[in-house]
Amino acid sequence: MAARLRSPRRSLEHRGAYWLYLLPLAAGFVIVVAAPFAMNVYTSLFHWKGGQAPMRWAGLDNYLTLFTDETFWRSFQNSVAMIVAITVIPTIIGILLAALLFDYLGRRFGDRAIAVLRATYYLPQILPIAVAGFIWSTILNTQQGSLSLMLRSLGIQDPPDWLGDPGIAVYSVMLMLVWLQIGYPVVIFMSALQRVDPELYEAAELDGAGWWRRFQAITIPQIRPEIFVVVLTATIAALKVFAPILILTGGGPENSTVVPSYYAYRSFFELSRVGYGSTIATVMSLVIFIVAAVMLTWQHRETRKEPR
Amino acid sequence: MSATLAPAPRSSRRRRTPLNWLMLALAVTVAVLMAAPFLLLVLNAFKTGADYSTNGPLAWPTTFTFEAFTSYLSRVDFPRALWNSVLSSTVIAFAGTALALLASYAIGIGRIRANTAITALLLVATMVPHEALIYPLFYGAQATGLLNSIWSIVVVFIVLWAAYGTYILSSVMSTFPREVLEAAAIDGAGRWRILWTVVFPIVRPTLTVLVVFTFIWSWNEFYIPLILLGDPASQTVPIALSTLRGQHSIDITVVNAGSLLSLIPTLVFFLIFQRTISRGVTAGAVK
Repeated sequence: MAARLRSPRRSLEHRGAYWLYLLPLAAGFVIVVAAPFAMNVYTSLFHWKGGQAPMRWAGLDNYLTLFTDETFWRSFQNSVAMIVAITVIPTIIGILLAALLFDYLGRRFGDRAIAVLRATYYLPQILPIAVAGFIWSTILNTQQGSLSLMLRSLGIQDPPDWLGDPGIAVYSVMLMLVWLQIGYPVVIFMSALQRVDPELYEAAELDGAGWWRRFQAITIPQIRPEIFVVVLTATIAALKVFAPILILTGGGPENSTVVPSYYAYRSFFELSRVGYGSTIATVMSLVIFIVAAVMLTWQHRETRKEPR
Repeated sequence: MSATLAPAPRSSRRRRTPLNWLMLALAVTVAVLMAAPFLLLVLNAFKTGADYSTNGPLAWPTTFTFEAFTSYLSRVDFPRALWNSVLSSTVIAFAGTALALLASYAIGIGRIRANTAITALLLVATMVPHEALIYPLFYGAQATGLLNSIWSIVVVFIVLWAAYGTYILSSVMSTFPREVLEAAAIDGAGRWRILWTVVFPIVRPTLTVLVVFTFIWSWNEFYIPLILLGDPASQTVPIALSTLRGQHSIDITVVNAGSLLSLIPTLVFFLIFQRTISRGVTAGAVK
């Protein structure tokens, strides 16, 4: 990443003029990211219903309210569930599937078959979330849903109310997210495996190491950098989940599936608590930045520890 | 699936055991589960509403009909939405990547000061939740008259995706052989010319990947367009679909047909650029 500043012997003229090339993006950054973000933090210090309504100074009131707000804590609890559904489960299944496809099936059934399987796994990734959400809301529908109908035809008389039962709805959302996410780790890990020297596997095989042993001793350590990238991007995505909740459950039933982004959205556009919504969005951003910074620092240290 | 029908005789170094077939069956089962929601979508798009409510989503259609499609097209100005999506995604993809090329030239090749700080800001722009920007963006769009116009999302996403692109591109450029650049400089080429004659041809594959991905992401983007594009005339394909879904009296087959229509452009795009996409997922992963 960060290129160290070597001093190229007065080559390429003076450095100053390169700033010009950065200018368009810098201006855009100020307009689209920095200024709105600063405005958002500013609004979080007020009680404000939005629009023409007066802004009343609140100081840190909103933040204090937030820490005793049950819905807010519930939303972060659900963020953990989203991390399980987007990071933990798909990464584990993704490694196994990638190894199965690349190392096991690929050698016996050929590249074409593997390419078709991989493309099928990846398909949900390119789907507009509006479409994916709709498909799953019909699948998980209580009376007419495909899932319930299938279970009934298998003899289960009373399938659960997938999206209507507060104890179950969050798991139903997780099911959809796993489906949505799996293709990403599979594709990344498969291309990572291409990088691994096949002689490593052959040597291990000659030594009598079985598939599982080779998987543990070679596959996992060799694709560690990619595992890190997948875990990082997936975790950030999990903390930001919004559309699936809006489309599938609307945060319900009984707030059981509310997540921070959805809570902020509701505060902005439904509850007319813009100051409070800004507070939620600010805290949410901080959590994301901190999580990312911790993970990046940790990885930086790990790669430096490794003997080269 | 055709996957099972395509054996490759050359690569079988040994005989296939029953366990091999079992593992293949497992992989194919996963593929079927992944594809099942798509198949259901297709199945139910060609039914009448009455057929759906009596026989359910799993039954074969009693009669094949395009009723649901015509009904969708009569409620949503789909050609308009399609045009909005194609135009905005194309402009975002090319302009965002161009902006990223310029900025990464300064960072990766020019090695301007405060590189680390700039990289951190780029990551912030990529990771910041859109909730923390949306309310000010909404007012900004209103003040500039861009609310309910695709140009509002064009401006926003050019910058957001360019930040990501700059992050990727500048790490590619920082590994660039300095000798080549210095040789060009000695030949009297200015910075602008070096960018286009030396740097551009070499990073072109990465640029292609960025254009393709930015296009897909912009096409599928949901939250910001949902807020900024309230007027149906300005809506993109996914937003038009979800706005229609909000109306309760709609037959589910109609939404099915609409979903299928909304999905086809992405699918076509995916098939055309499949190779670039699989290359791209990797390129993003390495750094």
